[in-house]
Amino acid sequence: MDFWSFVSNRRQQLLMDTYQHASAVFQCMVVASVIGIGIGVLTYRNDRAGRLAIATTVTIMTVPSYALLGLLIPVLGLGVPPTVTALVLYALLPIVRNAIVGLRGVDPTLVDAAKGIGMSRAAQILRVELPIAWPSILTGIRVATQMLMGIAAVAAYASGPGLGNEIFNGISSLGSANALNQVLAGTLGIVILALLFDFALILIGRLTTSRGIRG
Amino acid sequence: MADSQRAVTGATIELDDLTKRYPGSRQPAVDSVNMEIAAGETVILVGPSGCGKSTTLRMINRLIEPSSGRIRIDGEDVTDIDPVRLRRRIGYAIQSSGLFPHMTVAENIAQVPKMTGWPKARIKERVEEMLDLVGLDPREFHARYPRQLSGGQQQRVGVARALAADPPVLLMDEPFGAVDPITRDHLQDELIRLQHELHKTIVFVTHDFDEAIKLGDRIAVLREQSHIAQFDTPEAILTNPSDDFVSGFVGAGAALKRLNLTRVRDVGIEDVPTVTMDDPLQEIFNKLRERGGNELLLLDRQRRPYKWLRRGDLMRAKGSLARAGTLVSHHVTRDATLRDALEAVLTDSAGRVPVTGRRGEYVGVVDMETLLNSVHELLEADRMAALEHRHDLEESRAHQTQEQLESGFAGGDQP
Repeated sequence: MDFWSFVSNRRQQLLMDTYQHASAVFQCMVVASVIGIGIGVLTYRNDRAGRLAIATTVTIMTVPSYALLGLLIPVLGLGVPPTVTALVLYALLPIVRNAIVGLRGVDPTLVDAAKGIGMSRAAQILRVELPIAWPSILTGIRVATQMLMGIAAVAAYASGPGLGNEIFNGISSLGSANALNQVLAGTLGIVILALLFDFALILIGRLTTSRGIRG
Repeated sequence: MADSQRAVTGATIELDDLTKRYPGSRQPAVDSVNMEIAAGETVILVGPSGCGKSTTLRMINRLIEPSSGRIRIDGEDVTDIDPVRLRRRIGYAIQSSGLFPHMTVAENIAQVPKMTGWPKARIKERVEEMLDLVGLDPREFHARYPRQLSGGQQQRVGVARALAADPPVLLMDEPFGAVDPITRDHLQDELIRLQHELHKTIVFVTHDFDEAIKLGDRIAVLREQSHIAQFDTPEAILTNPSDDFVSGFVGAGAALKRLNLTRVRDVGIEDVPTVTMDDPLQEIFNKLRERGGNELLLLDRQRRPYKWLRRGDLMRAKGSLARAGTLVSHHVTRDATLRDALEAVLTDSAGRVPVTGRRGEYVGVVDMETLLNSVHELLEADRMAALEHRHDLEESRAHQTQEQLESGFAGGDQP
């Protein structure tokens, strides 16, 4: 069976996996963005705290995804919980790092002006610092999203959802008729998803970045 | 609009032993500053860099918390109130304009009114009003972003933002330090005009003494640790610097700088005979002959100075007014400083220039002689005032020492 007839035969299953893959990455990214920006906001003013936050997230990154899932399964069981935890943890590094770099890059005279005209600390962060750091933060989110697309495939190892199942099934039945098609379909699906997500994020960036600071 | 109400918008500021000590340094950055600033007054803090003038300014809105001492605004002790609330009552403009780059000009100006909870319609109206006030066309500028503005325009918007919520006090930290000299001059003139309309209490920091002379009602010359070397009017500081430090800061040419403080309308203006274009030629001839050798000033139909006419000019031009005489090349307005007037008189070939009113109409003439006389009178008056002032000062000092001696003996706590 050639690749295209394989795809059209298994359309239902493939679409389901693609949807679940996209949904898992999307939800994990939302959670990771909130946590990552939060960590950035809490640590960027303090040199030591900032370094600690980055060092911790770097350490998480160096753990192979396969191994991290292996470590999480005994604690969280199989399925969605270890998948979500692993994905969120991996997404943190680029987001935290770019949030810290972005917030530290805001011209201190602007923060002084914001304070001087009577903005509370929260208003300084929400109305001045985060909007100006936003392009940098969004770049971090884009990098993290691309990473998660690939790492989410490995989650199939922990019986997680998504296109990883196609790839794993294909690999475990190598030599059989459709093994290669399965791997190919899973991979191609991930690549297409990654491109779509990136495009969407670029669009979001356009819409949410002020014209006054767009490069 | 309620112009009469607006005339009294300033508030008094009192600094009481205001001190800032940073941990780890033995000497305080600002050492016990005492200052009383009247409502509606413009006070300039001037001094070499690192003298603590900025720190002093930033303690007034508590961007830097004082280590000790009190700050009172309009009689109210604000040293311990919520700093955020305090800052919303104090306008703040800084060197780099500090405009938020991701907000439009209108959004920048609207920040403080928004925070203090003005209704939307009023904010919108206020933004237009403020742009108008600082000389920017609201329709053209309100939707622009700061990066689409020149340095001078950004500075104007910065001032508009500082004034948007109509605060009684305006703090300005070297606001014109980063713009080119021509724009700076222009912005200074604008600030003078604004202050003329608004009567805010302005505290202004600069290291440029000429800027201080131009803008200040009073100038505080500060040395290190914000010690006040002299706190007085520009005239008094120029003619009677209290010590070598101040005279060093005033720099050379104090008498010339003094000329900047007096305007043409304050000195004697001479009158010369004038004729207009519409006068019959015969009459002009007669007038010239009567005056024997003197000149006539020919005015155009709007009574603006046009040409200098001398005897014989008309003859040589064969009776044609259009060809006779020499065009008026320089003139000064009544609001020009004596320095400008002197410049014009020196440049003019015959050493006299017409003075014009608001619409350019003829008012009178100044020449070398009147100018010199006025300058001498001015300097003499300054000298007398300074002598009197010194006398007063010595008297009060003697009084103080006596009091101190008495209280010292009474308390008996001196080592």
